[in-house]
Amino acid sequence: MSVQVEPSSIEAGYNFAYLDEQTKRSLRRGLLKAVAIPGYQVPFGGREMPLPYGWGTGGMQVTAAVLGRDDVLKVIDQGADDTTNAVSIRRFFTRTAGVETTERTDSATIIQTRHRIPETPLRSGQIMVYQVPIPEPLRFIEPSDSETRAMHALNDYGVMHVKLYEDIATYGHIATTYAYPVMVDQRYVMDPSPIPKFDNPKLHMSPALMLFGAGREKRLYALPPYTRVKSLDFEDHPFELPSWDQSCAFCGSTESYLDELIVDDEGTRQFVCSDTDYCSQRCNEQEARA
Amino acid sequence: MNPLLSVRDLTLLYGPEKGCQGVSFDLYPGEVLGIVGESGSGKSTLLSVLSGRNMPDTGQVTYHCPQTGSIDLYRASEAQRRNLLRTQWGFVEQNPRDGLRMNVSAGANIGERLMAQGVRHYGQLRQAGLQWLKQVEIDPARIDDLPRTFSGGMQQRLQIARNLVSSPKLMFMDEPTGGLDVSVQAHLLDLLRGLVRELQLAVIIVTHDLAVARLLADRLMVMRRSRVVEAGLTDQILDDPQHAYSQLLVSSVLQP
Repeated sequence: MSVQVEPSSIEAGYNFAYLDEQTKRSLRRGLLKAVAIPGYQVPFGGREMPLPYGWGTGGMQVTAAVLGRDDVLKVIDQGADDTTNAVSIRRFFTRTAGVETTERTDSATIIQTRHRIPETPLRSGQIMVYQVPIPEPLRFIEPSDSETRAMHALNDYGVMHVKLYEDIATYGHIATTYAYPVMVDQRYVMDPSPIPKFDNPKLHMSPALMLFGAGREKRLYALPPYTRVKSLDFEDHPFELPSWDQSCAFCGSTESYLDELIVDDEGTRQFVCSDTDYCSQRCNEQEARA
Repeated sequence: MNPLLSVRDLTLLYGPEKGCQGVSFDLYPGEVLGIVGESGSGKSTLLSVLSGRNMPDTGQVTYHCPQTGSIDLYRASEAQRRNLLRTQWGFVEQNPRDGLRMNVSAGANIGERLMAQGVRHYGQLRQAGLQWLKQVEIDPARIDDLPRTFSGGMQQRLQIARNLVSSPKLMFMDEPTGGLDVSVQAHLLDLLRGLVRELQLAVIIVTHDLAVARLLADRLMVMRRSRVVEAGLTDQILDDPQHAYSQLLVSSVLQP
């Protein structure tokens, strides 16, 4: 599955991984600070990237800063390796850095992701890079940035539960299903980027390093390996994982996060794994066994 | 009895005679202090400095907390001040839109202080919301409605409930009845008077309406051009004003 790069396909005239060395250094300094204070948002001097904000500019800058010549890169978009965003970012780093790429979670050293954590358990030494649209979990209730920074500094997080209260009052349960706020190491409230809350438990005590980059808002934050991450909840309405009756139409998995597809004009629905690598691995195994 | 709040020589000036200067007084538990004066006399500036929202140029405010001892307001850390403001103190804004979160329901508005204090039990928050809505005479069935669907008087009462939920000892009020029509004003004043007596609240209330002052305040301070020109018992000042400006103020009230 992994792809070695022909020297001829590397674009001439670019520094390794597109950004210049000074920029990558400044990003690494920011990332070191972010790792030192888990969940704290570190501002950084974001650069123009050759694609629009909202398409992963933050994640790409982080990837460029940590990428080495021996790294194996995997890029996923909503769990899939074969969607536009994933394909174009993977090709970008192939052409500007010439690094090896892969679709397999277990052989990648750096995984840039939009809105999913792979189903395959991560291992020590891997780096997850998240693309973040709005890094500030308090933004929905407090528009002022100086105020939200003071709230983080003073551990003044009462308003986070106002949102959850509103959910229960309106829907009878906590209806936030993605970008579900978490408490990092009992200190900072963090937005885990718009991953489904199904993936939140994978953040807790993960052996992999998690880096978050917000390109438009120019913020970095991080979870070092083995950090305690707790999803916010109420005592009488605890955090719950969503469950469903369907299983994947391809691999039959009942444990993975499923996408709902409409496959014909009659509105027939199919449910398939959102993590394409996990799904195809399982299919291959089943074929080999049969 | 020990004073709840001791204010000494408080000064914050934006320009000559703009702001407040040389203000000193003691406030005792359960006492209602009215601050009256014309527009621009420094009433609201004084209130914002007293409540720790602005830092004074000079002066000292000491809050004698019944539980934890004395706090020097301007020497305390930002965290302590914030904690004070959302537990033992309350602030009722003139415009309820400034004091409420308009995009979340009435129940969440009331519960916010409790959540900030670490209450993580939805059922308890709900209970407190229902109880306080009833206390301020809003139909508890409206607990899930947004404040923007409430009338001006109801919004103001909701703001009061939101502050009272943490059982504060001291409330600051900036023209709480401004912008309300007279019958709603009377209702609100009646409610406030009841709550103040029932909960043994100390209140510092800024108003330009002498009728409000007479109804609520035990003591009055008259401000003019950043200075307190006269202070004393409400009835004494309103019935027998000594300072020329107080006399003018009292005589300017229309007699029906």
